[in-house]
Formats: sequence, structure tokens, C-alpha cells
Amino acid sequence: MEEFLQQLTNGLAVGGIYALIALGYTMVYGVLKLINFAHGDLFTYGAYLGLTLLTSLALTDRLGFALGMLVLVLMVMGLVAVLGAILERAAYRPLRESPRLSAVVSALGASIFLQNALMLLYGARFQVYPNILPATTLNLFGLYLPLMRVLIVLASVLMMAALYLFIQKTRIGAAIRAAAIDQGAARLMGIDVNRVILLVFLMGPALGGTAGLMVGLYYGQINFTMGWVYGMKAFTAAILGGIGNIPGAMVGGLLLGVIEALGAAYISIAWKDAIAFLVLILILIVRPTGLLGERVADKI
Amino acid sequence: MKHGKLFAVVLAAALLATAPLFLNAYQVDVLNSIGLYGLLALGLNLILGEAGLFNMGHAAFYAVGAYTAAILNTRYQIPILWTLPLSGLVAGVFALVVARPVVHLRGDYLLIVTIGVGEIVRIALVNDLFGMTGGANGIFGISRPNLFGIVIRRPQEFFYLIWGCVALTIFLFLRLKQSRFGRALNYLREDEVAAEGSGINTAYYKLAAFGLGAAWAGMAGTLFAAKMTIISPESFNFWESVVLFMIVILGGAGNIVGVLLAAFLVIGLPELFREFASARMLVFGLVMVVMMVFRPQGLLPAGGGRFLPATLVRGRG
Repeated sequence: MEEFLQQLTNGLAVGGIYALIALGYTMVYGVLKLINFAHGDLFTYGAYLGLTLLTSLALTDRLGFALGMLVLVLMVMGLVAVLGAILERAAYRPLRESPRLSAVVSALGASIFLQNALMLLYGARFQVYPNILPATTLNLFGLYLPLMRVLIVLASVLMMAALYLFIQKTRIGAAIRAAAIDQGAARLMGIDVNRVILLVFLMGPALGGTAGLMVGLYYGQINFTMGWVYGMKAFTAAILGGIGNIPGAMVGGLLLGVIEALGAAYISIAWKDAIAFLVLILILIVRPTGLLGERVADKI
Repeated sequence: MKHGKLFAVVLAAALLATAPLFLNAYQVDVLNSIGLYGLLALGLNLILGEAGLFNMGHAAFYAVGAYTAAILNTRYQIPILWTLPLSGLVAGVFALVVARPVVHLRGDYLLIVTIGVGEIVRIALVNDLFGMTGGANGIFGISRPNLFGIVIRRPQEFFYLIWGCVALTIFLFLRLKQSRFGRALNYLREDEVAAEGSGINTAYYKLAAFGLGAAWAGMAGTLFAAKMTIISPESFNFWESVVLFMIVILGGAGNIVGVLLAAFLVIGLPELFREFASARMLVFGLVMVVMMVFRPQGLLPAGGGRFLPATLVRGRG
């Protein structure tokens, strides 16, 4: 039972990270019907930027842990969001009216470019995050959990809740939802669709970049290629929950994290990465609209 | 124009056929790599270029072929070239089994699934599936091919084996393109609904394209195993699939000459700029984006053939 609960909470932490990345895929897909292959690499940029800021500014030493962390997260969010906007401008906007294949290939090219730019800047080796938190454990009803794990679960749930409220309750959120349903009609209603798309490309990467920072803090080491594995898994999570559906991405992410953690613990650790891909293929065969997807199947 | 084109092709073929006479072993070896990638890309072109199915797991079929050949050769002492049809068959059947449940998926979903298949295959190979694939180290000690009593060992000898296969493939695929089968695939790519409405069994043709393209990758895998005498899962990772995908898109999906030209550019050019080797993929990525913005149809776009007016080719996707 102890082992099971440890794996379960670990799965929730990883799942929270998947969910944050998946939100970026699902929002972009919702509005543009495009799989943003470079999203996973923006996540990696979040991890690397976080590392650089953490070591060069020493925010947690100067401002204390809580405030320093908050400033760090905000800086990473802002920087990765700007990267996302540049990506949209350079690689996707010129292809808005082109056939699907062109946009997909451009997205892949952008992904390869971003990944290798990072390799040339930082080198191909693993980078190690400094230990800013002593290895504290938290006693939760007799279960000893690493503090970082608890913080990650809390932070990801908090961010998802904030995003959900933003999408559901604000005028801008309503504009995003409208553009996702029908771009043409949204435009007729006076919504500036270009700005909605820009906004989506700011918000998604901001969340994804934060997820990258979390991975660095949680696992302690990062690599320039990690974005594609995390990206594929997060995309699986988005499909699992129903692509284009924001609560779906959250549920899908958490679920995939738990499935993967339990699968690695009870089936085989060597096949851990294959589990997510298997889930992806099965869900596309059995229920392509995902768990919460209400869209009709002919979209797929 | 027509004559100019023919002249260029004949000249290129003659130049290539005599290349081993004036190139050194290293340069010939680069040409061998280009030939292998050319074979793989021509197989992928059938799936991605002719039928318009986004397959980004082509390295998986390549791996299945290479491992089939290597296992048969090292365990059962079957001469490596004899395994050629069998590894093609195994890769083709594998592709049919994998593609059957997902082939109806729309473009980018199929792309994701094929990426997933490629990764699962690679992970299975690393995890020593059936205790036969040798794990992360792979399989070594594959014997040299023996063609009519001549043991093929030097790059110059491999050159004629590989490029002979390429020439045969070009001939067969050109015939295929002109056939009822090839036209059905093109129709499918241009407009699936209209194709189905005209009585084309779309599922059948999609699967046939997948199976045939994968069989070609499997046979290329045999040649790869014979050339390297050692294979490991890392030779068949995701980036191989990406490079192949790129060759087809860059050359002009559906154009055999274009695909071969792209194989020369993508595999050959980096060899000329070895000092910038680490920036190779960076440039690839940039080229992909720039190509899509300025020339999405590729270097030599598919002309549409005899039966497809050029006006219909516009706006495909």
C-alpha cells in the first residue's frame, strides 16, 4: 500500500507536468487545428531558462524560497511566452492558409531547429539543476512524501484551475472559446482572431515552460532532447482527454501520469516510455474523440 | 525541354555508374549511404508522396527488415542476400498489421501514431524482444553478401549492389506510378472523398501503399545490415524517420527524381561541410520551415503524370 501510494503521488506529479504541457497542445489545436510539434521544445527552453536564471540570479537566496520561486516562475513564463509568440509569427502565421501538410512540416522543422539551437548553446550533455530545496519530506497522514512532489502537484493544479477560470469567466476566455468553435463566425462577431491566436501562443508556452522548470526541479537534470518525449506524452494526454478540450487535457495528463507510474512500477520500468505510446494508439483506435471529447469523429 | 531533361538524367546516370572509378573509398561510401537513403525514401514516397499518408515511422519498417535479415543470417546461417525477399515480406506484413487499425486516421493523427509505432519498435529492440535482438548492443557478425560467388566487401562493390537496387526500384516505381494502382493512389491523395465516390477502395489502396513502401524499407534494411555487418537500435531512431520524411517533402512528394535529388542534398551535403557537423540538424530544421513558407511543393513537384491535369494538383494537402 505504501509503495502504491508513493507511485500514485509520483504519477500525479508527473501527470501534472504532462497536463500543463498538454494544455498548450490542446489550446493551439482548438483554435488552429494544428499540432504544434515545437511545443515540447518550448517546454525544454523553460527548463534551460529556469536553470540559467536560477544559477545566475540566485533568486531564492536573495528573496527567500517562496518569493524567489514565484519571481523565477514568472520570469520563465514570460520568456517562454515570448518565444512562443515568435514561433507563431515565424513558422505558423505565414502558413495559415496553406494545406495542412505544410504547417505540420513547418512545425517539425521549428522543433528540430529549436532543439539543435539549444544543443549548440548549452552542449549535448545533461545539465544539472542546483538543489535549492533540502531533501525535505512531508508527513501526510503517515505517508512520507518529498516536498517538491507535493509542491509540483499543488502548483500544477493551481495553474490549471486559474486557466480554467480564465477561459470560462472572462471576456477574453470567451473569445478564445468562440474562435475555437468557428473562426469565421468569431470574426463576424468582432473578435480579432489573430490576437486570440497570439494569446494562445503566449499562454500555452508559458504553461509549458513552467512545466519544464518543474521537471528540472523534480528530477534534477535536464537534456536538450527531453522536449520531444515529454511533448509526445503530453500530446497523448491531450488526445486521451479529448483534443481541443481544456479540462480534458488536465484529466488526460493526470491519468497518463498515473498509468505510466503504475505501469513502470508493476509491469516493467524498461517499457515505461512505450506505455504512453501504446495508450496513444489504443485511444485513437478505440475512442478517437478522447474521454471528454464531444466533437464528432469525422474531425479525426 | 523534354529532351533537355532526358539528357540530364542520362548524364547523371552515366556519371553515377562510373563514379567508383574516379572517387576514393570514402566518397564511394557516402554515395552508398545516399543510395540506401534513396531506396528508403522511394519506399516512403509511395506512402507519403503518392498516397499522401503521413508516415513518420518509416525507420520502424527499416528496422524490422534489418533485424529479420540479421537474425536469419547469424542464427540460421542463411546467406544475407537470400533473406532479402523474406525481410521485405516481414516488414510489409508488419506494416499491414500496424496500419490496418489506424490507416483511416486523418493526416496529422496518422503522423503521431506512426511516430508512436517507431518508438515502440525501437524500445522493443532495446529491451531485447524475444531474446533475439541483442538489446542495446544489437546484433553483430552479419556475414558479407555473396553474389554469384563474388564476396561483396569493398565500398566500390557495395556501390554497384546498392545502386543496382536503386535503378531497379526507379524502374519499378515509375511503372507503378503510371499504372492503375499509381493513379488510384494519386487520386486518393488529391481527394479522398471523390476517390471513394469513383469506386476506389480507399482502405485497400492505402494499406497496399503502406505494405509496399514498408516492404521496400525492409529490403533496404537487409542491404544496410549486409553493409554494416552490425546493427543496433540506435540506427533506427526517430531522427532517421524525420530525415526520410524530409527527403520526400524536400524533393517534392510524388516525384521520383526529386526524391533522389533530395537524398543527395540531405545526405551528401553535410559530408561536404563536416566541420559544421553539429549544426547539421539546425540547418535542416530551418530549411524545413523556409521551404514550407516559400516552396511547399518541394524542389521538383510531382507533375501529375499523364492523367492528371496540372490544374488539379494545386491546393492539395
